[in-house]
This record gives sequence, C-alpha cells and structure tokens, in this order.
Amino acid sequence: MSEITEPRASDTAPGGVERFDVEAVNAHRSQSLYAPRVKIFPKRAQGFYRRLKWIVMAITLGIYWITPWLRWDRGAYAPDQAVLVDLANRRFYFFFIEIWPQEFFYVAGLLIMAGLGLFLVTTALGRAWCGYTCPQTVWTDLYIWVERLIEGDRNARMRLDRAPWSADKVTKRAAVWSLWLVIAIATGGAWVFYFADAPMLAVDLVTGEAAPVAYITVAILTATTFIFAGFMREQVCTYMCPWPRIQGAMLDEDSLLVTYNDWRGEPRSRHRKRAEAHDLDVGDCVDCNACVAVCPMGIDIRDGAQLECITCALCIDACDGVMDKAGHRRGLISYTTLKDYNAKAALAAAHGRAVATAAQSGIRLARFLRPRTLIYLGLWAAIGLVMLGLLVTRDRLDLNVLPDRNPLYVTLADGSIRNGYTIKVLNMTPAPRAVGLSLEGLDEADLWLAGTEHRDGSSLRFEVAPDAVGEYQVFVSLPPHAAADGITGFDFVVRDLAGPETTRETSDFYGPEK
Amino acid sequence: MSEAQSGNTGSEPRHLDEPTGQPTTGHVWDGITELDRPLPRWWLWTFYATIAFSVVYMVLYPSIPLVDNATRGLFGYSTRGEVHERLDEARAAKSGNLGRIAAMDLEAIRADDGLARFARAGGESAFKVNCVQCHGTGAAGSRGYPNLNDDEWLWGGTLDDIRTSIMHGIRFDADDETRISGMPAFGADGLLAREGIRAVAEHVIRLAGREADRELAAEGAQVYADNCAACHGDDGSGSREFGAPALNDAIWLYGSTREDILAQIYRPSHGVMPAWGGRLDETTVKQLAIYVHALGGGEAAAND
Repeated sequence: MSEITEPRASDTAPGGVERFDVEAVNAHRSQSLYAPRVKIFPKRAQGFYRRLKWIVMAITLGIYWITPWLRWDRGAYAPDQAVLVDLANRRFYFFFIEIWPQEFFYVAGLLIMAGLGLFLVTTALGRAWCGYTCPQTVWTDLYIWVERLIEGDRNARMRLDRAPWSADKVTKRAAVWSLWLVIAIATGGAWVFYFADAPMLAVDLVTGEAAPVAYITVAILTATTFIFAGFMREQVCTYMCPWPRIQGAMLDEDSLLVTYNDWRGEPRSRHRKRAEAHDLDVGDCVDCNACVAVCPMGIDIRDGAQLECITCALCIDACDGVMDKAGHRRGLISYTTLKDYNAKAALAAAHGRAVATAAQSGIRLARFLRPRTLIYLGLWAAIGLVMLGLLVTRDRLDLNVLPDRNPLYVTLADGSIRNGYTIKVLNMTPAPRAVGLSLEGLDEADLWLAGTEHRDGSSLRFEVAPDAVGEYQVFVSLPPHAAADGITGFDFVVRDLAGPETTRETSDFYGPEK
Repeated sequence: MSEAQSGNTGSEPRHLDEPTGQPTTGHVWDGITELDRPLPRWWLWTFYATIAFSVVYMVLYPSIPLVDNATRGLFGYSTRGEVHERLDEARAAKSGNLGRIAAMDLEAIRADDGLARFARAGGESAFKVNCVQCHGTGAAGSRGYPNLNDDEWLWGGTLDDIRTSIMHGIRFDADDETRISGMPAFGADGLLAREGIRAVAEHVIRLAGREADRELAAEGAQVYADNCAACHGDDGSGSREFGAPALNDAIWLYGSTREDILAQIYRPSHGVMPAWGGRLDETTVKQLAIYVHALGGGEAAAND
C-alpha cells in the first residue's frame, strides 16, 4: 500500500518542486484480490482544465437544479411547469412539446441519439464524458471541494484521517458530512421535482404532506449520492461502470487521450542538474509524482493508457505547473492522439528529444473530421432530423374504433341491421375541442349515440375534454335492402369543428350472410 | 477470526500449503489436503443476520406446521385474511353507489351519468353470472331465447317492464306474479286442419312483408281473422296485454322459416324464464334492468 508521509526537504527536486510520496492504487505489485479500498486524497490542481471542469460543473448542476423551477404557460387545462413527467396522467411535458405514452418512441430516439453522441465525443476526445460531465465525476468533485473547504488540502486531510478521534476531528468531520447530506438531499429533492409541480411539492415535502413515494425517492437518492460521491468515488468508475470496458471499441489512433509523452519524459530523474553535470541523459520528468497526487482515480498516468483513467486532465494541469517551475516546455502530459504520439516518439528516437519537444503543437481541429466521426455525426443527425420531422408533422387528433364483437350484428324489428362501435377520440391538445363524427363509404346508414333515440342522421357532435380521450358508444344501422352480404368496409371520420384537422379510421359493418 | 473458524485447536503445528502459503486443515486423504480458509466476513455476518431474521419471523408470522393447522404468529397475518380484507374494502367502496341505486327509481338512475355507468357495469357482471346461460354471452339469445339487444319486446322494453320480467320471470310456476301467455296448439289439439294451418302460415308470412303464395295467403286471411286476430291483432302487430308477439316484423323467436312457423302454429313452444326476485337482491335486479335497457333496444318510459 502507499506510504504517506510529509515531504522532506531532501525530497525536493531541483527548482523547488515539491515531491509527493504517493503510489498509484493499481501499481504493478502483487496485490491481494480481496483488499479493501485504498483511500486517496486528490490534491488541488490549478490550470486550464481545472477551470474548464469548474465551468462544466456549474453548467450541469445548474441545469439539473434549476430546470424543474422553469415555467411554461400552456393554458388553463395543463400544468405550467416547463419540464414535467406527469406519471399519474401519463403525459410528458417539455416546454412546448407534449408527449403521450404511445409517442414514447421520441424518448427512445433521444436515448439513441445520446448514445451515438457519446460515441462521437469519445472517439474524438477520449473519455470526455467521464472526466467532465458524468454525474459521478461532478458530484465527487463537489464533495472533494467540500472536504477541502473544511479539512484543507491533501496533506491536511491525510493528517486528519490518520489522527485519533478528537474534538477537532469530530467537528470537522461532522461539518463535512452535514454539508454532504445537504447536497445529497438537494440532489434527491431536485429529482422528484421533475415528476410533480415543483413549488407545490417543495411545500408538501417540508410540511410532511407529500406522498410516501416522494419521501422514499428522496431518501434513496440521498443515500446513493452520499455513498457514491462521499465514499465509493473512483470505485464506481472502475468497478461499476461499463464505460471503461467498452471505450476500447470507440478509441482509435486519432482519438485525443490524456497521454504521458514518455519519449520526452524518460528516463525520469529527480536529480537532473547532477545528471546533466555528469553528462548523463535524462528526460523531462522530475519524478515529483504531482500527476499521481492530483488524480481523482489515484492512478499513475505514466504507466500508460489504463482503464481507470477518466481523462479529466488534472494531471496535465499539475504537470504543466511543474514544467513551468522547472523551466521546461509544457506538454509532458498532454491530450495527444496515438498517431501523433508515435510520430513524436519516432522523431525523438531519430533526432533527439529536444527536436520532438519543439515540434509539439496544440490540438488541431482537422483531425476531428475523419470517416469514423463523420459517420457517427451523420447517424446522429439523421435520427435527429427524422424525429424532428415526425414531431413537427404528428397528429394532435386521433381516432380509435373498437367494433362490438358479441354480438357482431343485431336484426331490428323493421329488418334493418345494427352494429355497435366504441369510438375513442384522442384530443392531444391542452384545450377542449368540439369534433364531429361521421361515416364515409356506407350509404343510407344511420348513426346515433347509444342511450339516445334512434333518429335519422349520420353525424354526431362531441365535446372532448382537454388532453383526454373521449369514449363514446355509437350504433350504425343499415336498412334491410342496403345491408350487403357479410362484411362491408367503411370509414369513420372525425373532424375538428374549429380547425382543419381531420382523422379517419377504417372499420367494418357486419351483416348476416345471405 | 481465522483461528476460531479453522479446524486447528492451536495445539498442533499449523500445516501450511506450499504454493498458496495458506493453512490447511491438517488432514490428508490420498495425498490430498484441504485449505482452511476463513469464511468471508461479509458472508458470515449476512448469514447470522438471516438466522436472527428467521427467529423474529417465526414468532411474528405463521410458520410452524402442527397436526392440522399451524402457529398463527403474533401479527395474526394470513393470506386468506388479506383476501377477506380486500373484499370488505371493495364492498365498502361500492356501498355508496349501491345505496343510491337502492334508494332511487330506475329512470332517475338512468338520468345520472356516473351512477348509470356504475349500474351498467354491475349489471353486466351479474348478467355474466346469471343470464348468459340462456341469453348468450352477448345477450343475443338463440332459438327460443330472446335477443335482448334488439328493439322487440314481448313484455315491454321500458326500465320498469324489464325489471318486472326479471323479478317475476315468464311462465315461472313458483312465482305468483309471473307473466303468462299461452297459444292454443292449433294442430296438436285438432283446432285447425293441415290445409288451414298451411294457409294461415302463408298469410302470416305475407304480413311480415316476405314472399308468399298469393292464393294460399288469401285463403289464410280468413283463417287468420277467425282464429288469430283476437290475440295477434288484425294486422299482426301483436298485443302486450295477451303476451302475443308481433307477427309482422323481422324478428322470430322460434325461427323464421316456413317450417318453423308451421311448427309453431301446430304445437307452439312456450319459453320459461325463472323469477330472479327470490334469488337476487333488489339492487342487483335494478342494475340488470339498467344494463339490459342500455344494450340498444331499450324503450323510453311511457310518460316521456
């Protein structure tokens, strides 16, 4: 296991760079299969990628916590929450879009697009999802920030962890855990707000009036947030998540990955000045272990690409800082493609490290345009366009017809044949609608509503409630001379009386075989 | 932990297996030894927890089988008891509407949309248990059993008429108020000769608006006027007073072919319907009436 000690003066590398005595959790030594988790204490990093992660965290958490509170006016008959999954009434609202359960394929399409989008991002930028946007990373980062706020940076936290329980330790730990609990409850709370009206549910939750399922959901999510972000941390990524095991299929020689450029860094040495004085060949790596100390996964990127690395690029920030202090060029650890790495390694072998280092350049955008990414992008866009097209052209008025099957037909006293149908009119708008029902393709037919007098006529008028299905039992009859043999096909037509929408459904009229 | 769980008492030297460096139980069979590894702590404590749970469970729930029953458990829980509770809940949930149906009259129930829907559902389930044996699953009946979907009612199709028919039955001897009608057996009792029966059958067919032999029908008209018009009416429109069906429409309870009509005149069939008043409670009969009336052929009440 790792021996954690304070940095000693003799351990300071030249240039005043602090050396960390820390070992990767997956170091190449024989480890017992059943060893418990090794606690890691990631040090604070400073740099471009750290700032980028803070920004991404702010955006993602902001979206998660603020969205349930956004309002969208849909009229008097529908809820005014912008994003709402109304399970009780089986509707999903997203700003101006309303989805009924039979339209759930839009969500399926979105999930497919999300998957393809993830493949696209991974093939271009490596595990950018894992390192910047995954909820596990974001919440763990937030929890570590809380720890750092109260307990201090890496060394202070390690000292406190080792120390026996004292009043100071109890207070600090209690404070950390309380803040964690508050964040966890807020996380669970935000989740349930997507499923009910947020202002009302917030009041209900606090006054004890909310449904049991709301409290249970908040409790479960609080527990999982607390445990996953507070204690399990990198183990979720390494052991629970399938991503590291399938990323291999999405990365190729043009994917940007956090890479330790060993052609430049090796052989590493803490005593560069001395080695140079003796004319020995040394690489740029001063073996300060800063990259291991800041890693939230506790690994050593110098071991190469490994399944634990979530490409959060904090080691890049740490190493760049050290390179600045040591007077070398930045980029000892950098976002590099395998192709570029091999090219630089060959260049270094042929012409020396300095030449290859000088040739290091920033990330070029052109390498993002290659068959693999373009195909992913094309598929993603195609599905998106198809769904958009379907969404824009979908019906907001629908008709279902269920013919009575027992009995198929009834002979009336005057010899005419009567069939019964259950008509369901789906009004998918948040306003009441007046619709007219009529028949097409059945001459001399009468249409009337069950329970009313049979009167001559072939059209009916219904008022359908907003966002609802109106169910009506109707009878259709044909006079004796008009009823053809057996089965006659015809159409029910439903027209919006106030607008242009029309929908029709084919059905059958049954009569006796003649 | 491993000391307590291994087979070693500690007094004998601990044998160590060379390749793995783990202790063995000390026994050797055919040159094969067995590693003595401690049970995983998580497994062991889960096991203890299940034992503790089972002790608590056996006290609280039915668990130990005895000769012809089992221990009841402190909670007194049983799945049979749970079923009883559910049935009681269902009964209580319906009691409001059932009470209203019992108190209101049929036309008032029909006028109340929500209550009518409840009554139709209740009537449908009672129908499925009691009535489908004769009237069919879709209430369409068959030869000799009336089709309740159509608009022909021998005994009246208003809600009250239907309720009376259900309560007292048709030609049901055990009920004093049962509805009765009888047609003489014109053939079997020798009231009419064969030719007369054939002629009057032809006339009846013509009354119903179908193809008939003109000459024979003309003869039959006189026979009809003498024998049949008294109950069935001059034009064959029937009489609900006498319980005589209408002969001039498209609905024939005992068949519409010439042979069927001849048979019915010769020796008429008289259907019997049980009186349900003694078997079903009043509320169920009301619900049945609402259901049957709503099948499509129900008639409006007389004063509408």
